[in-house]
Amino acid sequence: MLYINCPHCGMRSQNEFSYGGDASVKRPELNKEVSDQEWDNFVYNRKSLRGKHLELWQHISGCRQWIKVERDTATHEIFRTFKADEEVA
Amino acid sequence: MTQAFRVENVGLINRDKKLSFKFNGKKYFGYEGDTLASALLANGVHLVGRSFKYHRPRGFFGAGVDEPYAVVQLYRNGETEPNIKATEQELFEGLEAKSVNCWPSVNFDVGAINNFLKIFLPAGFYYKTFMWPKSFWFRIYEPFIRKAAGLGVASTKHDKERYEHKYEYCDLLIAGSGPSGLASAYAAAKNGAKVILAEDKPRFGGSLLTSDVNIGNQSGKDWAEGIIAELKTMPNVVVKNRSQIFGYYDHNMLVMSEKVSDHLPATKKYHPNKRLWYIRAKEVLISSGSIERPIVFGNNDTPGVMLSSAAKEYLKVYGVLVGRKPLVFTNNDSGYETAIEFKKHGVDPIILDTRKNPKSEIIDEAKNLGINIKNSYVVVAANGYKKVKSAHIASISEDKKQLGEIENLQCDCICVSGFWTPTIHLASQSGNKTKFKEEIDAFVPGQSKQNETTLGAANGVFSLEETLKTSFSVGSELSKKLTENDNEIAIPNVVEKKSSQHDKFWCVPLPKGKHYKRFLDFQNDVAVSDVEIALREGYRSIEHVKRYTTLGMATDQGKTSNLNGLQLVSEIENKVVPAVGHTTFRPPYTPVSIGAIVGREIGKHSKPTRKSPMHDWHEKNNAVFVDAGVWLRPRYYKRGNENLFEASKREAKNVRSNVGVCDVTTLGKIDIKGPDAAELLNRVYTNAWLKLPVGKARYGLMLREDGIVMDDGTTTRIFENHYHMTTTTAQAANVLSHLEYYLQLVWPELNVNVVSTTEQWAGAAIAGPKSRDLLQKLFPSSDVSNEGLPFMGYIEGDLFGVKARIFRISFSGELAYEVNVESDYGNFMWEKIMQVGEEFKIQPYGTEALSTLRIEMGHVAGSELDGRTIPYDNALDGLVSKKKDFIGKRSLQRSAFTAEDRQRIVGVVPLDKKTSIPEGSHLVKDDKAQLPNPKLGHISASCWSVEYDNPFSLAILKDGKNMIGKKLFAMSPLKNKVIPVEIVSSHYVDPKGERVRS
Ligand SMILES: [Zn+2]
Repeated sequence: MLYINCPHCGMRSQNEFSYGGDASVKRPELNKEVSDQEWDNFVYNRKSLRGKHLELWQHISGCRQWIKVERDTATHEIFRTFKADEEVA
Repeated sequence: MTQAFRVENVGLINRDKKLSFKFNGKKYFGYEGDTLASALLANGVHLVGRSFKYHRPRGFFGAGVDEPYAVVQLYRNGETEPNIKATEQELFEGLEAKSVNCWPSVNFDVGAINNFLKIFLPAGFYYKTFMWPKSFWFRIYEPFIRKAAGLGVASTKHDKERYEHKYEYCDLLIAGSGPSGLASAYAAAKNGAKVILAEDKPRFGGSLLTSDVNIGNQSGKDWAEGIIAELKTMPNVVVKNRSQIFGYYDHNMLVMSEKVSDHLPATKKYHPNKRLWYIRAKEVLISSGSIERPIVFGNNDTPGVMLSSAAKEYLKVYGVLVGRKPLVFTNNDSGYETAIEFKKHGVDPIILDTRKNPKSEIIDEAKNLGINIKNSYVVVAANGYKKVKSAHIASISEDKKQLGEIENLQCDCICVSGFWTPTIHLASQSGNKTKFKEEIDAFVPGQSKQNETTLGAANGVFSLEETLKTSFSVGSELSKKLTENDNEIAIPNVVEKKSSQHDKFWCVPLPKGKHYKRFLDFQNDVAVSDVEIALREGYRSIEHVKRYTTLGMATDQGKTSNLNGLQLVSEIENKVVPAVGHTTFRPPYTPVSIGAIVGREIGKHSKPTRKSPMHDWHEKNNAVFVDAGVWLRPRYYKRGNENLFEASKREAKNVRSNVGVCDVTTLGKIDIKGPDAAELLNRVYTNAWLKLPVGKARYGLMLREDGIVMDDGTTTRIFENHYHMTTTTAQAANVLSHLEYYLQLVWPELNVNVVSTTEQWAGAAIAGPKSRDLLQKLFPSSDVSNEGLPFMGYIEGDLFGVKARIFRISFSGELAYEVNVESDYGNFMWEKIMQVGEEFKIQPYGTEALSTLRIEMGHVAGSELDGRTIPYDNALDGLVSKKKDFIGKRSLQRSAFTAEDRQRIVGVVPLDKKTSIPEGSHLVKDDKAQLPNPKLGHISASCWSVEYDNPFSLAILKDGKNMIGKKLFAMSPLKNKVIPVEIVSSHYVDPKGERVRS
């Protein structure tokens, strides 16, 4: 079970969180022309990468905040966590 | 015969407390502090079971967790548990156990024919043979294998025992209470660190219980007792025996199984049987010791052949002689220690040492005691079927290839020592890439992966002095880092006998013309010849060899077999062992009860049960409940001998003709506040929300980004910047997360707050032509006329002094209202409605009637919004705004979603107007068509229309728009039904929706 540092609550076990997928995906702006390809990339196409991955988790049984977690998908090592509005450098 | 093999005045058992027990129906005696294994051995019982594949007689090989085959079926307090190691099961009064793997009995076993047919049962036999012919598998092979094999029988009864889970956090978790565990725990505890020390056996001390050493001028055992006693008094230390840490998971999470009650005849009241600990540790010290390695020779699985360390433990801990004419077969000094213990207790052992001329303090002691030592000698094969009777021995040449003349030596047990294998399972599970240590021919942990440090014998260090020094200092350093305390510990002086170098010899060659089975893996019956076959057949990777031969698999996880298997592969392949590599060690290290894993999450405890505030009323009024997610909802209220069909029909009819009331508390409710609340709704719903006035409700449809309908419900504008959203019961949690996702991540600029209020409000739906009359009587001071409270209107009202929210919304298609009050007043509200409603012939209705009403009205619900349909499919495309953008809108342009013959909801009526159509039936054009018959659609929901008194169903049908009036067949192979049907509009009743507006 992973041990995730919620930027709002501190170290908590994985069973308090739910997984939210790739955090690097940006939703196309509303009311903007979007090509089929662009839209497919947003809705469906994800890289299933091995290694460092920036992903979303929601602290569902805690503060209910969505957070960003930088995790190695192969080793499960968690490098950093960020608040939803924090820029990832 | 009573305990003929028990020695006076030796051991740690309590001889004042005699216990009786039964094995295979026969009664024996033992003492408190015995294991089932030690008690059986004290009675001279060596035959405990049959082997897995060949059904060869099997005895005891180890004395603890290392035991590969003394597995029994245990009976305790009316329960039975399979797969129990006799060497770990503590004796209690009245214990009963039986052998496994034998049929019909341990002494006469039909499966033992396999042993004589072993030429037909080589590696991969199961894969090759039982595959063909296919029809034989179920009828012949599988039943036979099931009966003949396996490690016991699982009980089919409900387990009455209680199991608990516990979550714990600590600075240092220490696995194993041998010298390294005790020293490091002590040092860390003195620095104030929070320490958990776990020992799988009942007694603390590990190897110190059986070794002949001195620490700080006391015996090793006394020193261990002193340390444990002191640790137990410290508030920052938890000391647990009978507790096996069996898994090392991510981020320093370890799981431990504590046997709380297994050593007692029955579990004490309020006590669990086992407790599973989930421990998150800052640092993990692995002091799990080492397991003695067998030497491979002919018939080395005969009962009476066992590890020399086990023989020593049976003698020193339990006062039991495993034989009176022991033969010790060793390649290192450990065998001598066992022989010395035998000699001290009046038994004359013979030592066969594979080495030519070893010299050490221990060997000198053995010589001084006059023990018969034969150097450069090996056991070629054990003789005896159910028990060792003698051994074929021979001298061996210096290159270990040539055997001398075979001699037969009388003996009743063979104690084997092939040196020691560090127990690296936990380190390996942590992700540590282990390395091969030439000096000890074994793998030891390499670079730490997580925060784990391996100490002592588990790290391949066999000197006590060095182990203690390192362990005190590691315990001290790690705790200093965490607590910033630095209490110096005086390291005690150590007296131990120095050992000489072991011999790398591990497998005795076969004499000319002999084909003895030489076992590598005792649990899985894998012999040298099996691995040879696997390699000959082209298996190269050790992982493949493992699977093909089953070497190192199952509950044993290669504890005693792993390294010898690798030695063999490396020899045949002409590679060094590290190049062969070892297979992955997987948790659990030892078998864990399913009960312990499940814990308290059984039956109704497996998930929370949510009940509405009116639950007790429903119960008192004969409600029959149904699970709706985690909620319990009344399905119908039974009157007399009514069944589900009759009751729901009555309830639905009463709604259509009078008035009914339904508990709708379970609907998800989300309170939405903020200046941008309308904008949020406008983006998450498909229809327009910016112009909804205060005091009005609107039906809304939510999509996922892929265009699929996510949920529907009504949202009401309570006040300027305040909305009350309802969701379906099932989607309540998902919708809240969905809103939070967009507010926090996608549109953080929106100033809106959302919070779940599902449990804050109790809800009652009042539906039927007389609902307005009832409402007026409930709220005499409110204007509930069609003008005062029009369809989709909202007002607040006073329900006999209780503040209520009144929504004019309808799911049943009738004139209907929903009344909400704060949960604590839910029952009050309900009782008032029933009381005041009496004159209008009110009846409560359950989910079954609710379904009937919505189906015949063509209102969609979960069975249509099934995660595969878009608004068009549900005839809700009118709710999709063309002007504004919203979540999922772009996806609706996908070609499949705009296809001319896109599926759409329709109504379905059987031509005979009698036969109900099973839900899930497929709609087809031709009922006689060749399979697979092209499917045009499926029945999503069925009811008995109370309006027309005939069956009616909803279906999602291809090109549904143009299918009205067509005749098709509804086919249900599951129910074996073919029903001719006509397709009609999904709005079967009141298609213009006049009633809700009346
Ligand atoms: Zn949090």
